[in-house]
Amino acid sequence: MATPSQGDAGKGARSAEADRAPTGSPSPSAGTADADGQPLLRLRGIGKRFGPVQALIDINLDVPAGKVTALVGDNGAGKSTLVKSIAGIWQPSSGEIIWNGKRVHLHSPRDATALGIATVYQDLALADNLDIVQNMMLGHEVVRHGLLDEITMEKTAKATLADLAVTTVRSVRQVVGSLSGGQRQAVAVAKAVMQEAQLVIMDEPTAALGVSQTELVLSLITRLAERGPAVLVISHNLNDVFRVADRIAVLYLGRLAAVGPAAEFDPASVVDLMTTGTSSRLMNGNGENVTLRGSGSEG
Amino acid sequence: MTQTEGSGAPEPTAGGVPDSSVAVSAEPEGGQAHAQETAALAATASPDLIANSLGEYAQIWWRRVRGGESGALPVVIGLIVIVVYFQVRSSLFLSAGNLVNLITQAAFIVTFGMAEVFVLLLGEIDLSVGYNAALGAVITLWMLSSNLPLWLAVVTGLAFSAAFAGLEGVIITRLRLPSFVVTLAGYLGGFGLLLALIDLAAPGAGGTIRLSDNVLLAIEGGSMSVAASWIVMIAAVALTGAYMVTRDARRRANNLAAPPASVTFLKIALMAVAGVIVVLICSQNRGVGFTVVEGVPWVVLVVLVLLVAWTILLNRTRLGRYIYAIGGNAEAARRAGINLSRIRVTAFALCGLTAGITGIIYASNLGSMSNNFNGGQYVLYAVAAAVIGGTSLFGGRGRMLGAVLGGLVVGVIYNGLTLLGLGAAAQYIWTALVLLAAVVVDSLARRGSTPT
Repeated sequence: MATPSQGDAGKGARSAEADRAPTGSPSPSAGTADADGQPLLRLRGIGKRFGPVQALIDINLDVPAGKVTALVGDNGAGKSTLVKSIAGIWQPSSGEIIWNGKRVHLHSPRDATALGIATVYQDLALADNLDIVQNMMLGHEVVRHGLLDEITMEKTAKATLADLAVTTVRSVRQVVGSLSGGQRQAVAVAKAVMQEAQLVIMDEPTAALGVSQTELVLSLITRLAERGPAVLVISHNLNDVFRVADRIAVLYLGRLAAVGPAAEFDPASVVDLMTTGTSSRLMNGNGENVTLRGSGSEG
Repeated sequence: MTQTEGSGAPEPTAGGVPDSSVAVSAEPEGGQAHAQETAALAATASPDLIANSLGEYAQIWWRRVRGGESGALPVVIGLIVIVVYFQVRSSLFLSAGNLVNLITQAAFIVTFGMAEVFVLLLGEIDLSVGYNAALGAVITLWMLSSNLPLWLAVVTGLAFSAAFAGLEGVIITRLRLPSFVVTLAGYLGGFGLLLALIDLAAPGAGGTIRLSDNVLLAIEGGSMSVAASWIVMIAAVALTGAYMVTRDARRRANNLAAPPASVTFLKIALMAVAGVIVVLICSQNRGVGFTVVEGVPWVVLVVLVLLVAWTILLNRTRLGRYIYAIGGNAEAARRAGINLSRIRVTAFALCGLTAGITGIIYASNLGSMSNNFNGGQYVLYAVAAAVIGGTSLFGGRGRMLGAVLGGLVVGVIYNGLTLLGLGAAAQYIWTALVLLAAVVVDSLARRGSTPT
């Protein structure tokens, strides 16, 4: 596998550090790159090879801040591989990841977290035996005179939940193990928000959720993006995708089949793209924003 | 966090929802789900923070008990039942002489249980805790017999025990081995080391090293004066009470839910009653003949200080929070950026440190340390005390107070059956039954609480 050289690795870690510093301060060098400037995250020619298997081929994808980008595709299309490359769990074999206009190398989940990339997993991120506040503040506890400052932490957690309009949780001192799937998802998202994530990745956020719980999570995703961070949602469920997504990217057999504003797609065309890699049904009225790529790739 | 600070504390809900359409759209589901969850919530959230009155508190608390979140209740009830049973069978049981006897016998089981809690919370176990305690004590006694200063002897002994368990922790985390096997090796090696060390420290003494330091002997053998007993008890209750009241007041001042004042005062009152009863009984003269022996044994103070210190450590510090987090979901803890190895090794070292203190209490009780020390039995007592006190063997759940109560249960059974003239056979069988009962109650309660 074409992993970066040792020298590259050191540089990568340093550039990750360098990028982190200016995010909080009003430094002009790498401020908030929004809709006008370059997108928050830009993938250029990302490829990933597992031995003989080419899991990702030449992925070019922009993830802008303040928008919900949905990543859809059939099983084995490479959604998880792509997301894991962004989250620092795997290193891409080729291509570059550009964060806030700077090329970064993510060697571990820690690097990704340091940049402000948070991945929300339904079950992996929360400790059932801790309450909501303890979970949200885990690893970021407020300490005063050597002791945990529960009052400050509880106020911060409550304010974040209120900001996201998470109203179904009555007591933030409830143990997370007692929460429903949707509430757990909400707590996990709130945790990412509180840690000032600039990119929140959600892997199948509505899988295994009931109807009302799904509603809760979908409205949460919308509100989350309104607050500023980029949101990247992986989903199988096209209903959900069209409810929340501003942009849709379709993966087909490791290639990016199409990407563009959600308004340019309809469910039928997305299904076509997911299953065949191409679609004749794309709304062509003003669909110039949709980029069709690698049409009809072979197996 | 920057946004939330700005929106202000007093009315986070109103300040945090700028877009009314969002709020409206969220309302129906929110309301619906809320109705469903209120009932479930009562079974899961602490009544401390959702009840508004004493009655409501009792209601929610009872629903929680039935829902499986019984907390310290089963062990307290069990303790009371056992005490009443023994008192009925023998009126001597709650006499001053026997109660003090019981306290001094149970003290080292209690502290062994506290030691084990640190590693059980991680989902690990330390089987070497017994011999580790003995080793630490032998080192302290050896140094004292060489006329080294008391503080140096104690610090060295405790440091050895902490390092011994810490080393096991390092092996477990670095080589990713099961703690059961590593500490089993520590158990066997510890026993061998104990035999060798005692022979080295006290050659030709038949495998016994005597404790001659009066300060250490007084831990189990001596008592505070009656006046000092009252002062310590009143100070302990007053400080705890003041802490609870100011904590509630601060929470209310910050617009956070706090337990109803009546509940807090009831808790303080219960604490005071228990304290008064213990001090009253201990203040009676239990001397034989003309010698007057009265007052609360010093070991009670040692255990109380340890209980307070370890409870603060577990509940109010990062380290404690991380120990619970790792026991609950190690992967979540790792993703939160917690250094798992460091926390695990520290927890093992704390277990060893507490074991070292236990060794000194044990030596103080017997006046010596010998190679008859039954480290195998005591480690089982330690686990039993922790588990009877509600600590889960799978990690993430358990409290220091539980270990104290659980250790008392084991100590009461031991003491009571001895008082009734029943031998070791009955004592082991009864402890086994109580341990089983504790685990069964816990698992039944939890099975009842899991939604099916």
